[in-house]
Amino acid sequence: MAIEARTGSGPVTDVAARPNPWRRLVDVWRHRELLLNLVRKELKLKYKNSTLGFLWSLLNPALYLVVFYFVFQIVLGAGLPYFAIFFLAGLLPWNLFSTSLGSSTTSVVGNAGLVKKVWFPREILPLAAIGAALVHFFLQLIVLALALVIFRYPPSAEFCLLLPIALLTLLLFAAALGIGFAALNVYLRDTQHLLELVLLAWFWATPIVYQYTKISDRIGNWVLLNPMTSIVITFQRAIYNRTTYYDTTTKTTVGILPDESIWWYLRNLGIVGGCSLLLLVGALLLFGRLEDNFAEEL
Amino acid sequence: MDPAITVDHVSKRFRLYKEKPESLKERIIRLGRNPYEEFWALRDVSLEVAHGETLGLIGQNGSGKSTLLKCISGILRPTSGSIRKSGRTAALLELGSGFHPDLTGRENVFLNASIIGLTKRDTARIFDDVVAFAELEEFIDLPVKHYSSGMYSRLAFAVAVNVEPELLLIDEVLAVGDEAFQRKCVQRIRQFQSEGRTILLVTHGVETVRQICDRAAVLDHGSLIALGEPGEAVLVFRDALLQREHTDEAAGADWRSHQQVRITGAEVEYLHPDRRHLLPGEPLRIRMTYDAPARVDDVVFAINIHDQQGNLLLGANTDSLGADPGSVEGPGEVVFEFEQVPLMGGIYEVSLGVHTHDGGVEYDHRAGEDVIEALSTGKVAGMVSFPIRAKVDPGS
Ligand SMILES: Nc1ncnc2c1ncn2[C@@H]1O[C@H](COP(=O)(O)OP(=O)(O)O)[C@@H](O)[C@H]1O
Ligand SMILES: [Mg+2]
Repeated sequence: MAIEARTGSGPVTDVAARPNPWRRLVDVWRHRELLLNLVRKELKLKYKNSTLGFLWSLLNPALYLVVFYFVFQIVLGAGLPYFAIFFLAGLLPWNLFSTSLGSSTTSVVGNAGLVKKVWFPREILPLAAIGAALVHFFLQLIVLALALVIFRYPPSAEFCLLLPIALLTLLLFAAALGIGFAALNVYLRDTQHLLELVLLAWFWATPIVYQYTKISDRIGNWVLLNPMTSIVITFQRAIYNRTTYYDTTTKTTVGILPDESIWWYLRNLGIVGGCSLLLLVGALLLFGRLEDNFAEEL
Repeated sequence: MDPAITVDHVSKRFRLYKEKPESLKERIIRLGRNPYEEFWALRDVSLEVAHGETLGLIGQNGSGKSTLLKCISGILRPTSGSIRKSGRTAALLELGSGFHPDLTGRENVFLNASIIGLTKRDTARIFDDVVAFAELEEFIDLPVKHYSSGMYSRLAFAVAVNVEPELLLIDEVLAVGDEAFQRKCVQRIRQFQSEGRTILLVTHGVETVRQICDRAAVLDHGSLIALGEPGEAVLVFRDALLQREHTDEAAGADWRSHQQVRITGAEVEYLHPDRRHLLPGEPLRIRMTYDAPARVDDVVFAINIHDQQGNLLLGANTDSLGADPGSVEGPGEVVFEFEQVPLMGGIYEVSLGVHTHDGGVEYDHRAGEDVIEALSTGKVAGMVSFPIRAKVDPGS
C-alpha cells in the first residue's frame, strides 16, 4: 500500500448519509474479498464440530430422495420414469433457494459481534450466507452429475445452456428476499420462524416432488406466478430432459414438463429475473433504512 | 484541502425501551403504546480533524465518546448532522474488533483485514508484521477464544496499525494490555504521527492526551464543551469532573443507571485503621464495593495504581490474578490484598474498573476515588523502598 495514498486519497464520503442502492452495490463489490472470507468462515464454522458434516450435506438430498421415492412412487404409484433424476433436478435448486433464504435471514443477527464493532457494507452478510449455500449446491450438483454418468442418463445439451441463467435468476431472487428478510429479522425476530413455515408451503407449491403438468392442467399458466416454478422447471427440463412419458397402466401419454421451446423457458426466467431486480432495489432501500439502527438493536 | 474528518452538527438519539418488542406478535400487541425513553448520547457536536493531526477525545463515562467514534466509523448512523471523511479507516473501537471466537488468530487477521478493505495479497504481505507486533507467533493458529484478553487486544491493535490506514480511530484500547505493550502501542502511534497519518483517540488517560495529542476535545453529557490545546482541554475536563461529582449524588447517579455493574465505593485500608497512611513495606488492602442490579456473567475487576505524574505503578485484574468472579449479581465486594507495599513518600492514585473479559465493554470506571498515602522512613529517598542494607567493609 503506497504511502501517497494517505492524504486526501479517495472520495470524501458522507458516512452519516444513507447510500443509494447503486452505491451500496459498489461498496459490496469493493469488499468482495471480505465476501469470500465470510463465505469461508460460514463453511468452516458450520462443519467445525463434525468431520462428517460435509458428507451429511451431500446425504441430505439422498435421504429426501428415499423418502419421496417411497411415498410417491411406491405408495401412491406416481410412476415417473427415473424419478430420482427428476426429483434431484428440482430439489437441488430448491435447496439452494431455501438454505439461502434461511441462512441469510439470520445472518445479520447471527453476526451481531461484527455488526456492532466494525463497519462494512452489511448486505455482505446475507450475500455471504447465499455464497455458502452456493458452495453446497455445487457439491450436490457434482453428486447429481455422477449419478447421470452412472445411469448413462443424457441431459438436454440445448437446455443446459439455460442453466447458468436459471442459476443467476435464482441467486438474484434469493438475494433480493434474503437481504430484505435479514434486515426485518433484526427487528422482528420471528421472521425466521415465519419463514420456515412459508418455505415449507412454498416447497409443496413448487413442482419438485410432482410434475409441473399436475398443476398446470388445473390452473394453466397461473402456475408461473410462483417464480420458483419457472426456475425449477428449467432445471428439470435441462437435466431430466423429458416432457412426457407413456403410462403403461393407463396406456396414455402423460405430460411432465411443458413441451415448449427454449425461448419460452428463457422468457419465464427473464420475467422472474426482471422482477427480482426490482425487488432487489426495494430490498436494498429497505435494508438501508433499517440498517440505521442495527448496531443498537442487536 | 478538506479536513480528514468533518463532524458537522451531529446528534445521536438512542431509544431505551422499557420492554423491547422483539417479535411481530409483541409489536402488534403493543402497537402505538410502546414506552421508551429518549436519550441523546450526542448533542450537536461539530469538529474537524485535519490531515496528519492527532485529536484526543476525553470525557467521563457515558459522555458519548464511543458513540461519536462509532458514528465516524459508520457503525452507528447519527440521528442528524453529517460526517465526512476520506481515506481508509481502521477502527479499534472496542476490543477484539470483530474477531470471531471460533476462528484462529490467522483467520481472524485475514477476515479483519478484508473488512478494512485489504486484498488477500496485501494481507499476506503484512501478516508476519502483524504477528510479530502482537507477539503471538506461537498462538496464531489457535482459535482466539483461547486467547487471554491481553492477547486479544494485542492482535486487534496489531491488525489496525499494520493495515496502513489513513485514518485511525482508537477507543481506549491503550488502557488494556500490559505496560510493555502499551509502550509499544504509543511508540507505534508516534510513528504514525510522523508518517502524517490522522488519528482520533479516545482515552481515559489525561497524561496520554498531553503526551501524544495535538489537540483535544472534551465531551460532557454528549455535548462538546472544549476543543483546543490539550492542556486547556484537560483543565476543562477536570472542572467538569468536579462538578459532576457534586451533582452526581443529587441526581441519584442517574447517568450511570444504565450500567450493568456499578462501582459503589473504593477504600484503601491500612494496617492500622486509625492511622491513615502507609509505611514502606506494610501490607495494604483495597476494598471495592460494587452493585450489579441484574446477573452479569462476563466480568473482570481491575485495579491500577498511578503516581501523581500519571505513571502506572501497578495494574492488575481478577483475571491476571487468577480470581475470576464467574458471574455477579446484587451488591458485593472485591478486595485486592497486597502482602507488602514498598511505596513511600507520596500520594498514589487508585483507579478501579469493571469490564468484560475482552475489555470490550467497560461497565464502570472510578479514578481517584481514594489514594494511598505513603510516608517515608527517612532512611532512603525516592518512591520505592527496596529492602536495602549497607555493608561497609573497611579495607585495610
Ligand atoms: N446501543 C445503545 N442503546 C442505548 N443507549 C446507548 C447505546 N450505546 C450507548 N448508549 C448510551 O449512550 C451514552 C454514551 O455512551 P458512550 O458513547 O459509550 O460513552 P463513553 O464512551 O463516553 O463512555 C451512555 O449513557 C450509554 O448508556
Ligand atoms: Mg466508551
